[in-house]
Amino acid sequence: MTSTALRSRAWKLLETVTTPLLPSDYLDLVSPLRAGADLRGRIEAVHPETGDAATVVIRPGRGWRGHTAGQYVRIGVDVDGVRLWRAYSLTSPTDRRDGRVTITVKAIPDGKVSNHLVRRAKPGTLIQLDQATGDFVLPRARPAKVLYLTAGSGITPVMGMLRDTEFNDVVMVHCAPRPQDVIFRSELHDLAADKKLRLTEVHTDTDGKLDIARLDELVPDWAERETWACGPAGLLDAAEEHWTGHGVRERLHTERFRPGIVVAGDGGEVTFSTTGKTVDADGATPLLDIGEEAGVLMPSGCRMGICFGCVTPLRSGAVRDLRTGEITEAEPGVLIQTCVSAAAGPCDIER
Amino acid sequence: MTAIDPTAHLTSEQIEELGRELDAIRDEVIAARGEKDAAYIRKVISVQRKLELASRGVLLFSFFPPAWLLGTAGLSVAKIMDNMEIGHNILHGQWDWMRDPKIHSTTWEWDHVSPSEQWKHSHNELHHTYTNVIGKDNDLGYGIMRVDEDQRWHPFHLGQPLWNFINACFFEYGIAAYDLELGKNLRKRRRKNPEFRARARAVGRKIRKQVLKDYVIHPLLSGPSFLTTLAATFTANLVRNLWTHSVIMCGHFPEGVQVFERRSIKGETRGQWYLRQMMGSANISGSKAMHFMTGNLSHQIEHHLFPDLPSNRYAEVAVKVRALFEKYELEYVTGPLPKQVFSAWHKVFRLSLPNKKPKARTPDREKELLAA
Repeated sequence: MTSTALRSRAWKLLETVTTPLLPSDYLDLVSPLRAGADLRGRIEAVHPETGDAATVVIRPGRGWRGHTAGQYVRIGVDVDGVRLWRAYSLTSPTDRRDGRVTITVKAIPDGKVSNHLVRRAKPGTLIQLDQATGDFVLPRARPAKVLYLTAGSGITPVMGMLRDTEFNDVVMVHCAPRPQDVIFRSELHDLAADKKLRLTEVHTDTDGKLDIARLDELVPDWAERETWACGPAGLLDAAEEHWTGHGVRERLHTERFRPGIVVAGDGGEVTFSTTGKTVDADGATPLLDIGEEAGVLMPSGCRMGICFGCVTPLRSGAVRDLRTGEITEAEPGVLIQTCVSAAAGPCDIER
Repeated sequence: MTAIDPTAHLTSEQIEELGRELDAIRDEVIAARGEKDAAYIRKVISVQRKLELASRGVLLFSFFPPAWLLGTAGLSVAKIMDNMEIGHNILHGQWDWMRDPKIHSTTWEWDHVSPSEQWKHSHNELHHTYTNVIGKDNDLGYGIMRVDEDQRWHPFHLGQPLWNFINACFFEYGIAAYDLELGKNLRKRRRKNPEFRARARAVGRKIRKQVLKDYVIHPLLSGPSFLTTLAATFTANLVRNLWTHSVIMCGHFPEGVQVFERRSIKGETRGQWYLRQMMGSANISGSKAMHFMTGNLSHQIEHHLFPDLPSNRYAEVAVKVRALFEKYELEYVTGPLPKQVFSAWHKVFRLSLPNKKPKARTPDREKELLAA
């Protein structure tokens, strides 16, 4: 018998010892970061960067496969007892000796996770991790000239690139409301002082929003540069248009945060994605009834919210709990009770 | 059905108002649910796992009598924790709001021969929706007992104290059989029904795994302690079964608890549903440790009103619920465990015999029931 077969036999035996739990349920108690465990990380420190941004130092579990500069990681954090998943750019260089990684988080107004991480997260806390991912990365072949065009927290993936790979000729144009809002400001200024970076800060509170046409004046050779841009949608849309207009679209790489924002309304178009049915729903009829009327085979039970027999994944959109009025937005792993939930805007139910 | 309807003094407006007040209690807890609650269930799970591991470890040396005692006691408590405060409550979806896929009603499997999925159907759906409705809620006597004067007496019921005792000893198997509706399904041609067969196979698989673990693997791992470990796991399962059976009997069987007729729930409003849960359940009074070991089913009334609120909140909810009982002049059936167990057993014995005098219903009473 091969060693893998032997190991899998031994694991099967161990499973009979721990049934109905799994051996990992016990191992997690002592070693949640071990190899073979679900990927997790432990927060080791939280360093403030600006008034509303902080860098979180994470020790990833043994299963972490590393990252490429510019990539992001999805993390699952328990906020008020509820596990919420968000994506943040990695800001640490890829070759950090102690194996730790960092994410840098800007607290956005009403942002549950970002405010928690910036203001309340404590060293020692376990978080859930996904492997790093994202195409907003540097190419293998090094470009001669580089431009980083960033705004606000859009600087975070670029900081990961700056810290990871040195180029001969790098320009950065960064927008932030005020000087004190510039994340990593002192480090950027040090890089500039060492002539490793030419930095232009645009302070939008005083200078106004960056007019993309001003690039000609700020970075005259922008069109010759391989450009990585990250920031709010307005900036990126303008950049894409500008680069396209000048026929150099292929030199522009963009990264967008928070693609869709759910607007909770009253009723909406409901898609049952497994069966491919789409119907209009009002804001007062339970999704269970909506589905059944559309001929979708819905799991059901007590029909009054007590048995949890009808829980179904909500893939996108938002629903309203008919008992409490509470809105639930789609996130990976979010299950809703269809018997007491109504559409709060367009949504997609996995059925 | 007791001769006098203890809710007769309430108008339908009052019943709906009661419903709104209960909804408000529920909303308050939901709004306050948070980090502490999550930490609570994680802690309980962690303690349970450590206790089980430690007890199984001690049982490796169970040929040594003090180790046998210690290990058996620990394993019994661990199994009770698994079934009561953890399993029962997670499977009710009480912790689904945490969005932790490992502590979720759709993924949890418990140390019990009845597969979670099947138990959820018979318990969460049937029992909790149709609480104490004769003919709809099979928890009323589990199909083997007569628990109300209005149920027809049959000579089979003479043996019900014995059936109940046997059921208590092998309670988890009783539940598995009950979930399968074994009695009904083994009769006639139903046993060939593919859906029933699939469910029966699932139970068979679960039983095989549980038996293999408790009565083969762990004794074998103990080597020279094989027999004593076998005896220890058997004892722990017996203790757990007797304990859970007692606690569950106290939930709906003690004297003073009402049962309902099928037609009485036709067109039931939310307020009436709440009222039925209030009148159909009974509590156990006692210390914090007692509440914990019953999985907070000592707060059966609160659990039946709000089956999906986190169990650690029932104690605080109970204060408010009890105040509503007083306000609406309803009887809050509660008492210490021995008293409630005695009361439930007393009923089992009493109803094993036919009613002393057949209860004749007056036409007035009949009208009253229809109006309720």
